[in-house]
Amino acid sequence: MYLNEEQQAILNGSQGETMAKVMKTLVMFGDAFGAEKMVPVTSKHNHLVTSFGLKVMAPVYDLMQQLLDAGVKSGQTFSVDPRPIDKNVPANFLQNLVFNKLMYTKQDFYEGQLKKLGLLSDDAFTCACYLDQVGNKPEKGDILSWAESSAVVYANSVLGARCNRNSGIMDIMGSIVGYVPYFGLLTDEGRKATWIVKIETTKKPEAQLLGSAIGMKVMEDVPYVIGLDKWIGSELDDSACTYLKDFGAATASNGAVGLYHIDNLTPEAKELGKALIAEGAKEYVITDAELERVKANYPVIWKDPDATPKLCFMGCPHMSLQQLKDWTDKVEAALKAAGNKTVLIPTVFTAPPKVLEEFNKTDYAARLKATGVITSYICPLMYMNNPLCKKMPVITSSNKLRTYTSARYYTDDEILAAITKGGK
Amino acid sequence: MREFKGRVVTPGTTSAEAVVTTQGFNTLASMQMALQFGDKQTKCGDQNNPELNGKPLCGKALCLPQTIGSTTGGLVLYCACAMKRQPACMLFSEHIDSLAAAGAVLASVWCEDINMPVIDCLGEEFINYVKDGMTVTVKEDGVVVVD
Repeated sequence: MYLNEEQQAILNGSQGETMAKVMKTLVMFGDAFGAEKMVPVTSKHNHLVTSFGLKVMAPVYDLMQQLLDAGVKSGQTFSVDPRPIDKNVPANFLQNLVFNKLMYTKQDFYEGQLKKLGLLSDDAFTCACYLDQVGNKPEKGDILSWAESSAVVYANSVLGARCNRNSGIMDIMGSIVGYVPYFGLLTDEGRKATWIVKIETTKKPEAQLLGSAIGMKVMEDVPYVIGLDKWIGSELDDSACTYLKDFGAATASNGAVGLYHIDNLTPEAKELGKALIAEGAKEYVITDAELERVKANYPVIWKDPDATPKLCFMGCPHMSLQQLKDWTDKVEAALKAAGNKTVLIPTVFTAPPKVLEEFNKTDYAARLKATGVITSYICPLMYMNNPLCKKMPVITSSNKLRTYTSARYYTDDEILAAITKGGK
Repeated sequence: MREFKGRVVTPGTTSAEAVVTTQGFNTLASMQMALQFGDKQTKCGDQNNPELNGKPLCGKALCLPQTIGSTTGGLVLYCACAMKRQPACMLFSEHIDSLAAAGAVLASVWCEDINMPVIDCLGEEFINYVKDGMTVTVKEDGVVVVD
């Protein structure tokens, strides 16, 4: 890889041994992909994936401490994924014991490290950092060193920024030296679609189910989706962005998609159209039957598949302000229609702290609270990431949460019915 | 016995028993619970991967097409290496993905005494040929012998 004078000097130790190791890490990472050079990180902020002070992740905190001890700092401030625990979220005595005494014992220590390294603010903990209220929304063409699969795919696809699917730790390395290796989704060639996905459904496809189907099919390739604008429009308004947020998270977690193009909607597809499709691209047709097939094949790993759900999580990735408002209306109306006053299953809606702050200023907050739904800034995945929750029948409309935990996936309509009318 | 030639991502030599997945290996889903709760065998916990779910990964020759899933994947792999609970080697039939590469590189640069050779581009024939329980030997030049 070609390194300029400054980069080579860092690699040779001009800024100390630790900085040299950081540069070596990035160079080796780039070499694995044939990167010919490093390019400057141009976004205002970074986003890190590691938000949790898990006792077992000691090697991560040791590495962070090496950086701090060497006086190394991130060149950018950064947001970070959601906190793992929140006392507002229902948990029994045993769960609280496991969370606080066994699992997340390093939380305060790690948050201290994050502050020293350049945390944007005390409430910059969310996976949906690109939402307006959070304040970490890159510009089109910006080069990022982000991690968090759902944020990376959103930044690339919806915002037109350029970012590879960086891993945790690798994310902050780019911010520290201010450069990232130039390969993959940073390049024009790497952004070309090698799959054409045709949407031929008779109704609007469920975002997280469609994303799951595409992710499992194309894996880490770039899909060019034709026919979705019929259902979600040709403007990136709040509704379309929310849909793509949830769709993208499922493509990234059920597969490894870092970028998708939606014909006649996302920025590069609007600019370049079908010229973005690489020669020899494969084809995948989405029909109602195909989505049904994908959903029917999800494994059910509850001990009792017919168990009554004990908890419902919505908001993985975190919900937007409009989503919270829309769901307030939907839950209220469905409860009224069913003759119930409050939800029948303990239900948690998760959103960024800054979004919750805005939501709490509206009259929707009191209305949602009256339905019994709890709001939280938590990461549902981190909450469920223990053997106690593995035995718990949890439902969700998040395909990401389904992938990583024992939570069972239902469509939004099915979730609404379950929490307002009962049933499974 | 067959030989396959791949590309060395991180160097090293080893010989170990194969565990094989023909679908994408979700590092977070596979390893998180095992690492968190002290499973020294690092048994795979990915419910969506019937080929590997429940099988030990530590000390095995993990044969896979690529890794998929969350971007915590690389740091989970790094932690597994730092805790000495990593596979003996990782053998990719396809080009390595950015998350696995990050984990391998982080381990190589920041962990002491780590030996987890990573070879990619071994080809579709490799992943079709190798089966659970076969003995896999990794040589320094990226040659992988499956017996």
